[in-house]
Amino acid sequence: MLRKIRIVLALVFWIGVTVLFLDATGVVSGWLGWMAKVQFIPAVLALNVGVIVFLAALTLLFGRVYCSVICPLGVFQDIASWLSGLRRGKRFRFGYAKALTALRLVMLGVMVGAMIAGIGIIVAVLDPYSAYGRMVSSFLIPAYDWVNSLLAGAAERADSYMFFDYQYRPTTVATLSVAGATLVAIVALAWWKGRWYCNSICPVGTILGVLSRYALFGVKIDVDKCNSCGLCSRGCKGQCINGKAHEIDNSRCVGCMDCIDICKHGAISYGRRNRRVDVKTAIPVQDGADTSRREFLSLAALMGTTAAVKGAEKFVDGGLAAIEEKKTPNRETKPVPPGAQGIKHFHDHCTACQLCVSRCPHGVLTPSTDLDTLLHPEMSFENGYCRPECNVCSSVCPAGAIKPVTVEDRTAIQVGHAVWVRDNCVPVSENLECGNCARHCPAGAITMVPSEFGNEDSVKIPSVNAERCIGCGACENLCPSRPFSAIYVEGHRNHRVI
Amino acid sequence: MKKSIDPISRRSFIKKVGAGGAAVAVASLTGCKVDNKTESITTGTSSKKEPGEMTYRETLTTGDKVSILGYGCMRWPTKPSPDDPTEQIIDQDAVNELVDYAMKHGVNYYDTSPVYCKGESERVTGIALSRYPRDSYFIATKASNFNSATWPREESIAMYRNSMKYLQTDYIDYYLLHSIGQNGMEAFNNRYINNGFLDFLLAEREAGRIRNLGFSYHGDIEVFDYLLANHDKYKWDFVQIQLNYVDWNHASGRNTNASYLYDELDRRNIPAVIMEPLLGGRLADMPDYLATRFKERRPEDSLASWAFRYAGTHPRVLTVLSGMTYMEHLVDNLATYSPLEPCTAEELDFLEDVAKGFIASDAVPCTACQYCMPCPFGIDIPAVFGHYNKMVNDGTIDKTTRAEAFNDARRKFLVGYDRSVPRLRQANHCIGCHTCEEHCPQSIKIAKRMHKIDSYVEKLKRGEVYDAEA
Repeated sequence: MLRKIRIVLALVFWIGVTVLFLDATGVVSGWLGWMAKVQFIPAVLALNVGVIVFLAALTLLFGRVYCSVICPLGVFQDIASWLSGLRRGKRFRFGYAKALTALRLVMLGVMVGAMIAGIGIIVAVLDPYSAYGRMVSSFLIPAYDWVNSLLAGAAERADSYMFFDYQYRPTTVATLSVAGATLVAIVALAWWKGRWYCNSICPVGTILGVLSRYALFGVKIDVDKCNSCGLCSRGCKGQCINGKAHEIDNSRCVGCMDCIDICKHGAISYGRRNRRVDVKTAIPVQDGADTSRREFLSLAALMGTTAAVKGAEKFVDGGLAAIEEKKTPNRETKPVPPGAQGIKHFHDHCTACQLCVSRCPHGVLTPSTDLDTLLHPEMSFENGYCRPECNVCSSVCPAGAIKPVTVEDRTAIQVGHAVWVRDNCVPVSENLECGNCARHCPAGAITMVPSEFGNEDSVKIPSVNAERCIGCGACENLCPSRPFSAIYVEGHRNHRVI
Repeated sequence: MKKSIDPISRRSFIKKVGAGGAAVAVASLTGCKVDNKTESITTGTSSKKEPGEMTYRETLTTGDKVSILGYGCMRWPTKPSPDDPTEQIIDQDAVNELVDYAMKHGVNYYDTSPVYCKGESERVTGIALSRYPRDSYFIATKASNFNSATWPREESIAMYRNSMKYLQTDYIDYYLLHSIGQNGMEAFNNRYINNGFLDFLLAEREAGRIRNLGFSYHGDIEVFDYLLANHDKYKWDFVQIQLNYVDWNHASGRNTNASYLYDELDRRNIPAVIMEPLLGGRLADMPDYLATRFKERRPEDSLASWAFRYAGTHPRVLTVLSGMTYMEHLVDNLATYSPLEPCTAEELDFLEDVAKGFIASDAVPCTACQYCMPCPFGIDIPAVFGHYNKMVNDGTIDKTTRAEAFNDARRKFLVGYDRSVPRLRQANHCIGCHTCEEHCPQSIKIAKRMHKIDSYVEKLKRGEVYDAEA
C-alpha cells in the first residue's frame, strides 16, 4: 500500500515537472511552477527558506522521500531500474554494499565548494533536478515540438486555433553533449546498479542522507520474524539493507517501500524507528557567497563587413526575396533577463536547468557556450526579442536566478542598452528611409535624426537615448540589416530600474 | 445605362440533362427562372443550372467573336518544386486541365504577360494552348514595363519576340502596352515613344503580326486621356480597364472611376476588356453583413457571380478577365456567363449601395496581383494584407475591440497571422522604403498600411483591447 502511494506520488511529480518543460504555451504549466520551486538545489540558491525548512522537516520525519518522490532524476532512475528488473531473473540483481562515504563527502564538498566559488558548470552538472531538465529540453522537447507541429498542421486544416506552431526552442551542442552524457550515465548506472548514483554521487542525496539518519519514521526489520533469507537485500535498489545483520542504512534508504512487499515473512515495516544515535556534524548548507567572478573581456572587433541588404531588383511579378539569417554580434557583456538583477547574481544562482530556455516564448534565451557561464542562459535577439508583455522566465525560475517581476515592472528594468553601428545602417549604406528600430522601441529610446547636421532633408538615422533604453532587443531583432544588425544590445553588469 | 447587348447572346435554349434524361430550360435573358424542383428531387443534387452556351461579343475592327469570359493567366495554380519543396512552381498539369475545361466550354480569350507568375505565365500558357488549333483561341499579351532595363528599343523588341516564342505563335491577337499611367507621362514617353517602340508596334499591326493593338491602364489619368485624344492617330482596337461595381464610382487611390473610363471608350466605340472585375477576389468574400444582402436576393449564387454579371452588363465590354486558379472558380464563372444574365436597373442600384458599404470597410484594397513583389526586405505584402482583410471580413478585428470577445479573437488573429505569413515576412519588418508603392496598380500606401497593421498586431500581442479611435 505504502509502495503504491509512493509510486503514484512519484509519477505525479515526475510527469508534472516534465510537462512544465514541454508545454510551451503555458496553459497547463502555469499550474505546475511550484513543482520546480520545491526542488532542493534551486531552493537553496534562491534562499527559499520556506522550502528548505519544509524539505528538511520532511526528511527528518519520513526519511529521504524527497529522493523517491519529488526529485525527477530520482524517479527517472527508478523507472530505468524497474525496466531493467523486468528482464527475466533480473529483479533481484542487487545486494548489500557498504556506503561509499568518502566519495559521497568528496562530491558534497565539490558541490559546496563550487557553489561558494561560483563555478556554475559544476553546480549545474551535479544538481539532479537541472540534470533532468537538460535531458528533457535536449531530447524530449524536439520530439514534443515535432508532434505539436503535426497537431498544428491538422488544426490549421480544420480551421481550429487549438494547436499552433510556436517559436523554435534553441539548444546548443554543449547542452546536448552534457545532457547526452548525463542521460547515458544515469540510465547505465540505474540499469545495473539501481540507485548507485543517488547514493554515491548526488550531493542532495548525501545531505538528505545525513538528515535521514535521524528521521522519526523509517523502514525497520522485525528481528523476530526475519529468517535472514536476504531477499530484501537482493531486491533493494539502494543496496542499503544488510539482511543478514538486520540493519538498514538510513542515509541511503529513499523510502521506496519496495522491501516491505518483497519480504515474504512480513518482517519489514515502515513506522517509528528506534533510533541509535550516532551524532556527526551536520554539513552546513550554504548559498553561493561572495565571490569574484572572472572578468570576461572580449574585444569589440565588430562586424567588419557591411551587411548586404539589397534585395533582388524587380524584373517580374511575385516571388519572395531570400532572407539571410542573422548572426550574433560580439557582445562585451551578454544581457540576462529582467529579474536577474545583474550578471553576478544571475550566474551565482543559475543551475542551468533550462526551464527558462524551454519556456521563453520568443526564442530569446539560449544556453551559453562560454566556458565560465557554460549552459547558463543568455539573451540574444536573432530569433525574437524580449517582449514587453512577457515575464515567463522570471515566473518559472526555481533557483531565484531570475527573480519574479511583474509585467509592469519588467519594462522599467534596464538590462542593457542599444549600440548603433553606423556602417551597417540601411539609411547610411543604401540611402533608404527606415526607422524600423525607432518605430518598435517600447521605451521610446530611439529618435530618428538627420544624418547630416543641420540638413533636415538628409536621410534620417537612429540615435539612442541609453538612459531610456531597457535592452529588450526589439531594435536589434527588427533591424533590416543582415547578417549583422545595425543596432545591437550590450548587456549591463548590474540591472537598473528606470 | 441598360443598353442592348450583342445579338449573338440573345437567345435562350434547351439543354438535355443526361442523368435523368429530363430536359431543363436554362434561365433566359429576361431573368425568369425555371423551376428545377422536379429534377432536384430525382437526382438529389443542387438545382443550380448546368452551363448553357457562352455569351460572345464582337470586335469592330477585326470581327473577332470573343467569349465574355476571358481567362486571366496571372494566377495559375502552383505546387511545391520537386527540387526545393519550399519553392512554388506552376503546376502545368493543373493548368492544362483548366484550359481544357475552359476551351470545351467556349472560353477563347487568354490574357498573359511576360512578367506574370514570376515570368513563367507565357511559357506555361503557351504549352497549354498550343495543343489546340491556333484559330480556336485569342492570345493577349503585353509590353511590360516594370523594370527600366527593358525600356531600350532592342530590349523591348526582344521582349515582344520572346512572347511569340513562349506562346508558340507567329502572331499575337491582342497586344497591350502594359499598365500605362504608372508613373505618369514621363515614364510613358520613355517607355514607348522616345525609343520608337510604339511606332514599331504600329508597323507590326500593319504587317498582321499584331491583330489588335491596345493598352491597359492604371494610375495617372493624364496618360489615358492623351492616348484617347490621339485615337485617330493610333486607332486603338481595344483598351483594358479596371471595372467593377466598386470602382465604377469609388476608385481607390490614384485610380480613376471606371464610369469615366468606360464612357470615354464607349463614345469612341472602343471595346473594353475588363480586368479586376472582382477586385482581386475581394468582391467574392465580403463582410458578413454585406454578403447577406446578396444571399437574400439570390441564395444559390456566389458573390462573385454578381460582380461578373455586373461587368458583363455593360454592352461595350468585349471580355471580362478572371484569374481562375481553381476549377471551382472556372465552373462558377462559366455558369454565370453561359449565358450572361445582365443586371436589372434595380440590381445596379443595389450594387451601388453595396459598394458604398464596401468602401467604408477597413479592408486594404489589395488585389494580390503581386506587382509589388518581391519586396527587397522579404515581406510577403499580399499575404499580410490578405490575412488582415480576412480578419476584417469575418468580424475578428471588430471582436478585438470588445472585451468579452477579445481573447478568442486575439488568438485567432495572431495564430492565423503566423500561419498565413512566416514571421520574418510579417509587417513588422517593413522599413518604409516605399520601393513597392510605385508598382501598386491600386495605389495603396503600402508602407503606411503595413505600419498600421503592425501597430495593431503589437497592441494585440500586448493584450490591449483594440480601440480603433485611439
